[in-house]
Amino acid sequence: MPILTYLDAIRQGIWEEMERDPAVFLLGEDIGVYGGAFKVTAGMLEKFGAERVIDTPISESAIVGAAVGAALMGMRPVAEMQFMDFIACGFDQIANMAAKMRYRWGPAVPLVIRGPAGAGVHGGPFHSQSNEMWFVHTPGLKVTAPATAYDAKGLIKASIRDDNPVIFFEHKFLYRRIKEEVPADDYIVPLGKARVAREGDDIAVITYGAMVWTALEAAETLVKEGISLEVVDLRTLLPYDEDTVLTSARKCSKVILLHEDTRTGGMAGELAALIAEKAFEDLDGPVVRITSPDTPVPFSPPLEEFFLPNAKRLADAARKLAAY
Amino acid sequence: MKSGSATEHRGVTEANGFESDRLAPLEERARGADPSLVKDLLEKMLLIRRFEEKAAELYALGKIGGFCHLYIGQEAVAVGAISALGPDDYIFCSYREHGHALARGMDAGAVMAELAGKATGCSKGKGGSMHLFDTRIGFLGGHAIVGGHLPLAAGTAFAAKYQNQPRVTACFFGDAAVNIGAFHESFNLAQLWNLPVVYVCENNEFGMGTPIEKASSIDPLHERACGYGMAHTAVDGMDVLAVREVVGEAVERARRHNLPTFIEARTYRYMGHSMSDPAHGTYRTRAELDEHRRHDPIKRLTSALESIGALTPEAFEESDAQVRQVVEQAAAFAEESPDPASDDLHSDVYRD
Repeated sequence: MPILTYLDAIRQGIWEEMERDPAVFLLGEDIGVYGGAFKVTAGMLEKFGAERVIDTPISESAIVGAAVGAALMGMRPVAEMQFMDFIACGFDQIANMAAKMRYRWGPAVPLVIRGPAGAGVHGGPFHSQSNEMWFVHTPGLKVTAPATAYDAKGLIKASIRDDNPVIFFEHKFLYRRIKEEVPADDYIVPLGKARVAREGDDIAVITYGAMVWTALEAAETLVKEGISLEVVDLRTLLPYDEDTVLTSARKCSKVILLHEDTRTGGMAGELAALIAEKAFEDLDGPVVRITSPDTPVPFSPPLEEFFLPNAKRLADAARKLAAY
Repeated sequence: MKSGSATEHRGVTEANGFESDRLAPLEERARGADPSLVKDLLEKMLLIRRFEEKAAELYALGKIGGFCHLYIGQEAVAVGAISALGPDDYIFCSYREHGHALARGMDAGAVMAELAGKATGCSKGKGGSMHLFDTRIGFLGGHAIVGGHLPLAAGTAFAAKYQNQPRVTACFFGDAAVNIGAFHESFNLAQLWNLPVVYVCENNEFGMGTPIEKASSIDPLHERACGYGMAHTAVDGMDVLAVREVVGEAVERARRHNLPTFIEARTYRYMGHSMSDPAHGTYRTRAELDEHRRHDPIKRLTSALESIGALTPEAFEESDAQVRQVVEQAAAFAEESPDPASDDLHSDVYRD
């Protein structure tokens, strides 16, 4: 199988869907001639032409709104946000228009809004946020955040084929750092299905995005100390895979919830509530959260490093929980 | 009115009237100007140029990280416009704001240290290149969401008027910002409420890699103001004295009559959009870049001054050497400064 980066896998997924379905088109800032700020859409303009790879003005509200309008007409727009932080400029069109369209009058809204999120590249407060929870708290949307190249391709394809608005969070730190074998053929990874990234017995670490790799790194360290971590990669945050979360929680009896997003109101809090409601009897220790603190993302590289959860912090917490 | 090539663009706008077209040639204006003022303008432009060259060097060495957007080529806009402001006036900028910070008189060391993420940086290393602030001199950022700061400028102008303070707000942004909703909402508010604000669009012809004619339904951009009944004009943004004069008139209009103005400064960025973007090749040609460099704001002022006998090559070299020393000291300060302490992460999230 060919080796692809996480970024190339996203590009290949979009490319295949463009070839498969003429209703799919791309729009966004500098996605054509420039190929996108991170080059995710490089080569698309040459292959598919300016009618399907559309460079827009810097107008997120119009980009999203126009995409919603086109989706209502049966097209399948894939809109790029140059950075997911900038999605705030298009928020009304997503949260009020796209998300509630089906509920208000019944149409399909087959729309994907994708772009880079996350820290680790010294982008500072406006170019590093993990803002997925803005959307996880909005019924009518689907939200996905792949960790692997395989999933990135399979999930972008599933998102494009889905009849609902999907917010697709790419992690910019993973773009060129993750390389793996990705099938060249057509496959999808279904939305709403988590995967067990590593099986283990002692503690279930439930996470998503770039933190999956952090969890796997900690698991590798701890297995030598006799502590076995099970790593669950959520893949989709809304709707999330309750069954897989509960199965791992019950199996291990101890749970760590890990994410790069800040603490209060994060995905970890939601999962902790779920586990408390439905797996309380199976727990042998407190549910633990490892997250970024409740601060903006700082620019300074050493501060940013301190901000982000890492394998050491996770391993320390896991040792403590294992001894509980 | 649509522009084609760079040269044609320049020709068309000149034919259709820069505000500065009614001005005398640069040499004559330089002759009539206060020599110490002109020297200061030249040295400020040089400071920005050398600072940015140094920043690029430090970036290449990995001493500055993240995203870094250089201002080289556009110096006359920040320097000319900010020279027309008073000490109590406010300034808002986009993310390409190192030049404005220096033109306003921010300490070069504090700016360079911020670029390097150090504790001594003007934003304590938490913001970086795109988030420069110095409230002591009315420098209110450094805003890295395109167009996001235009409503803020209306807000400070509103407060100045409300509080009966004679402060003017100057707000700088790029040509791509005229297409974001916040631009239109701000312009309407500024005119509707008669706010003392000067909006300066630095039209460098490209929003990242997209040429202005592919992004804006109207060119010249300053005509956008017509939709709001706001006074508007274009100015040659490569002519520091012209920028100073045109912005000066707008500042007076704001201060005396609480009226906003939209100024489109025609300029050009020599470097790529950011450090990861090559200067030419993808969306513009080397020839186009070279053509614009012929109108370099520093060279133009220097030749004008030399032609009227107000500057010698030796005097220029002396200014340049002084500026380079300031920049070297700033770089050394940044390099020697400590990183923020880990506890600093939690400070300044809320005001106690």
